[in-house]
Amino acid sequence: MSFGVMLIDLAEGMVTSVEIFLLTLLFALPLGLAVAVGRMSKNRIVSAVIKFYIAIMRGTPLMLQLIVVYFSPYYIFGFDLTGFRFPAIIIAFSINYAAYFAEIYRSGIEAVPRSQNEAAEVLGYSRSQTFFRIIMPQVVKIILPSITNETITLVKDTSLAFVLAQAEMFTIAKQIAAKDASVGPLMVAGVFYFVFNFIVAFVMDRIEKKLDYY
Amino acid sequence: MGKESILEIKNIRKSFKDHEVLKNVSLNVDRGEVVSIIGPSGSGKSTILRCATLLERMDGGTLKYKGDIAASDESGTMVYADRNELKRIRRCFGLVFQSFNLFPHYTVLKNIVEPVVLSGQCDADEAKERAMGLLERLGLEEKAEAYPGKLSGGQKQRVSIARALAMKPEILFFDEPTSALDPELTGEVLKVIKSLAAEHMTMVIVTHEMKFAREVSDRVIFLENGEIHSQGTSEELFASDNERLNAFIGKLEQR
Ligand SMILES: Nc1ncnc2c1ncn2[C@@H]1O[C@H](COP(=O)(O)OP(=O)(O)OP(=O)(O)O)[C@@H](O)[C@H]1O
Ligand SMILES: [Mg+2]
Repeated sequence: MSFGVMLIDLAEGMVTSVEIFLLTLLFALPLGLAVAVGRMSKNRIVSAVIKFYIAIMRGTPLMLQLIVVYFSPYYIFGFDLTGFRFPAIIIAFSINYAAYFAEIYRSGIEAVPRSQNEAAEVLGYSRSQTFFRIIMPQVVKIILPSITNETITLVKDTSLAFVLAQAEMFTIAKQIAAKDASVGPLMVAGVFYFVFNFIVAFVMDRIEKKLDYY
Repeated sequence: MGKESILEIKNIRKSFKDHEVLKNVSLNVDRGEVVSIIGPSGSGKSTILRCATLLERMDGGTLKYKGDIAASDESGTMVYADRNELKRIRRCFGLVFQSFNLFPHYTVLKNIVEPVVLSGQCDADEAKERAMGLLERLGLEEKAEAYPGKLSGGQKQRVSIARALAMKPEILFFDEPTSALDPELTGEVLKVIKSLAAEHMTMVIVTHEMKFAREVSDRVIFLENGEIHSQGTSEELFASDNERLNAFIGKLEQR
């Protein structure tokens, strides 16, 4: 296969990788916040259930979770997901990353002094006004470095979608490498991931600078 | 004109686990009165203010603002007013914390304006005017666009007083407003509180500044072990020959 054709194939795979990346962030960031709030709930049952969910998500390989999400509906309910490979991947990534993000949110929320809540309460802020106007903006600034780390890991983790034979960049690189009996495509894929992460790091750095106003 | 009661606290009790921090404390404050609360560390001064400002739930007693019941145990169990009533009652008071508790991600101006706007008292322009007026009065108009992190402790505390005043409270509580400040910065904050006293702002001030308490207060309360040990006009109290009280006042004045 010519180098040019290989680049085009890999670039197409990269589009899928970027899609997995962006959709995962889109769903996991808000879901993680909801999970964090549930984790801190005063309701013991809610917080115990969520703690268990987080433990499973963090304690088992994402690769295994991908397989479970995709195949278990068939084995349990006889529900064939064959046409829904991509959605299954997004679901698995989102619930996995939401668990990690939840713990980050929680550490951030706990890092904001309780006295901020009290000041807002005395000034007549409702609980949701306090949370979204006073607490969250401070949380975001605190947790951004950790979020950046997770985001960079996510870029690399998108390659795990190969276990479901999703045609993302790593899957394609592997196929070409097998066909051509060469590691070249995998090296090129490595460069693609590196550039991808370089861009992500750049964007996150810009956001961090922007939040550095106080 | 008769006296108008702003705050009425009757027999409040508060325990943390089995540690009884307040034992039957009662306190009435009329409009225009300035009351200081003094007492040793751990005597329950902050806890009184936290119960009065609804930050802490009390275990027994009655709390009323302008005759409206915020909480009461007259039925035998402790009952708090419903959410809407409490929201209304919260408008009556303001609280200035020892550690300022300004919102660090807001400018000085937004710290003052947002609570006013959210409370629905007036629109953003009017709130801004009100805030700028207060900042000018406190000598901070140049700091309107600064973030709290860039201010000195004394400036932060003045901003937090401005933030409380902008809500137009009927009564303002202070919990050791100068204790977190370097000694050379306490003066600017005490001056502001004195000027409020001169305007007959109703205030309850927890303080360790005896000279200030004596000058500014109509009434001084000496709290010890969760009980009011003695109280009176500042002349009465500071002239008292009570041994315990004198030991406390003497100890502080030597500092
Ligand atoms: N949230 C809490 N949980 C448990 N104990 C508490 C709590 N808040 C206060 N206490 C205890 O209640 C007692 C009274 O505390 P409080 O803060 O009212 O004292 P204070 O008179 O304001 O003292 P200081 O002059 O040091 O500020 C102290 O023994 C304190 O340890
Ligand atoms: Mg205290």
